[in-house]
Formats: sequence, structure tokens, C-alpha cells
Amino acid sequence: MLPFITLLLICQLIGEAIARGLDLPLPGPVVGMALLFAGLMLRGGVPEGLAKTSGGLLDHLSLLFVPAGVGVMLHFSLVAREWLPIAGALIGSAVLTVAVTGLVMIVFTRLAGQANGEDGEHEGEREHEGER
Amino acid sequence: MNEGALREIWVYLSTSPLLGLTVTLVAYQAGFWLYRKAKLNPLVNPVLIAIVALVALLSVTGTSYATYFEGAQFVHFLLGPATVALAVPLYRNFQAVRRSAVPLAVALLAGSITAAGSAVAIAWLLGASRETLLSLAPKSVTTPVAMGVAEQIGGLPSLTAVLVILTGITGAVLATGTLNLLRVKDWRARGFAIGVAAHGIGTARAFQVNDVAGAFASLAMGLNALATAVLLPLALRLLP
Repeated sequence: MLPFITLLLICQLIGEAIARGLDLPLPGPVVGMALLFAGLMLRGGVPEGLAKTSGGLLDHLSLLFVPAGVGVMLHFSLVAREWLPIAGALIGSAVLTVAVTGLVMIVFTRLAGQANGEDGEHEGEREHEGER
Repeated sequence: MNEGALREIWVYLSTSPLLGLTVTLVAYQAGFWLYRKAKLNPLVNPVLIAIVALVALLSVTGTSYATYFEGAQFVHFLLGPATVALAVPLYRNFQAVRRSAVPLAVALLAGSITAAGSAVAIAWLLGASRETLLSLAPKSVTTPVAMGVAEQIGGLPSLTAVLVILTGITGAVLATGTLNLLRVKDWRARGFAIGVAAHGIGTARAFQVNDVAGAFASLAMGLNALATAVLLPLALRLLP
């Protein structure tokens, strides 16, 4: 496990260096993700240890957002003052974005003619959400 | 043990990083336990539960966010390596991603513009201040990118960080219902949609539900970060 944690950190470190050095509009970790992806393509497979390590981190990805979220307490007064526009924007934009992205993708998948023969495998899976 | 000794222990613990770290893990696991009890119902969001519990705890005990963050930063730090680790599910689903390259590109563009545009338009109609509008614009992308973009366009980075998290929670809570209502059944489209709208928190939710959806959500998160970071400053330059 330790070698693979080190590998993730090295990818992130090189990613940070590239992002800063080339003044990219991307955060270092996203560049690091691209580097690791390129590495996996070259190698042609995921080592078991890396699968375990990344699985361990990603299983609780949402935990990692908690500390930044608690920062809401720094902006109590602003959020209290403008709660209506903020809540309206967050809820409205979440529904619209999910709807537009999902529908555009479905429509263009059909247009690209890729729906043929692929639709079937996704049928019936929808209702099982939440059982995992 | 008398009250003085208790107070001494509290004073010691409340300033050590151990407490902030431990309560973060406990609050999240309590939230996750409830989420599982509710059969992964998106309305019982574990991140939201943990944040509400922690804000309440810090307020009651009079602890500052800075003190809390000294401990919580260890969890926060793992966001970086976890983002790198997203390469693994992406690699595993690369064939599926390559097959849908064109629909993905169009959906990304449409989704990215909708996310920023609709949020700013709705907030403006409801009378938000300029500061809030600019902080809202990059809300659908992952925290570090959003904060950078906010700074560039004149928003408040720390407010943006909070709006990003709230966006993620809102998206994770509302996506399942919206997609079911629209009869979007394809896991690729479902995952991609939640990733564009709700970055890492949506991606976490997608992985809990389906692996393919998770891979497409993480792809969407990365691509939307890129698209927003490039397009948003340009779009604002064109506006008066």
C-alpha cells in the first residue's frame, strides 16, 4: 500500500509543478490524474496494490469535502442575508444542469448511432439504484 | 474528577489537532450510518449531516473554524491524492468513454454553460449581490479550481468553497429524482450529468450507486474543471 500512496503523491507533486510552471488553468491534482492515467495506458493495466489504495481513498471521497464545508460558518451573515438567491441558484441550477447534461448526452448518443444494440444492457438497471 | 480538572482536559484537547480530526471522522460516519439505514436515499446526504453536526458542535463549544481546521486539514489534504486516484476508474472505463467521445463533448459544453449561466441568472433575478454572483459562477467545479476561478473574476474564494460544497450536496440530493423523472436510464449519461453538476460529491454518490456511473462522473468532474476554468473568465470579459 505504501508504494502506491507514494505514487499518488508523486503524481500530484509533478502535477502541481507542471500546472504552476506552465501556468495552466488547472489544479495540480487534475494534472496528476492525467499523468497517472497516461501511465496506466502505457503499462496496460492497474496493479492490484494501486487498485486497493485508490479504492480505499475513493470509497469515502465525500468525507474529504467535510472540512471545507464546515467553512460555511465563516459566511453565516452573508448566507443569512442572501439565502433566497443562493438557495434558488443552487437548487435551480442543479436540476437544470443535470437535466440538460443527461438529455444532451442521450440525444447525441442516439444521433451518433451508438444506441443501437447498447440500449438493452442499460434497461432495467435504473430501479436498482440504492441497493449497493 | 472535579470541574477544574475537566476544564483543564478540555482546554488541552480543544487546541490539539486530534479533536478536530476525530470529530470530523465521527460526524461523517454517523452521517454515513444514517445514509445506509435510509438505503442510500439521496435525501439523507452524509456530507450534509456531518457538516450540520460539526457546525452545531463548534458553535455550541465556541470553537473557531481555524482551530477546528488544524485537525481537519489532514482529511482535507487527502482531496489531492484522491483526485489523482480517479485515474484508476477512468482507465477501467476508458473503452466506454472513447466510444461516447462526441456525445460527451457536446454534453460537457451544454452542461458547463447551463451550470454557471443558470446559477448566476437565478441569483441575479432573486437579487443577489455582485460578490455573491461572482462567487456562484464557478460553483459546479471541484473546490481548488473553483476557488482559483473565483479569485480571477473577483468573487470571494472562501465563499466559493462553501458554495461548491453546497452545490455538490444539492446535486447529489436532486440528481437521482431529476434523472428518473426524465427517464434517463443510461448509466453513462446519469454519471456524466451528476459529475458536471456536482463535481466530487456527485462523483462519490455516483460510485456508491454504480461503477460505470462513477467513472463517467469523475471524467465529467475533470473535464468540467477544465472547461469552466477556460470559458468562465472569457465569458465574463465579453459581458459589460
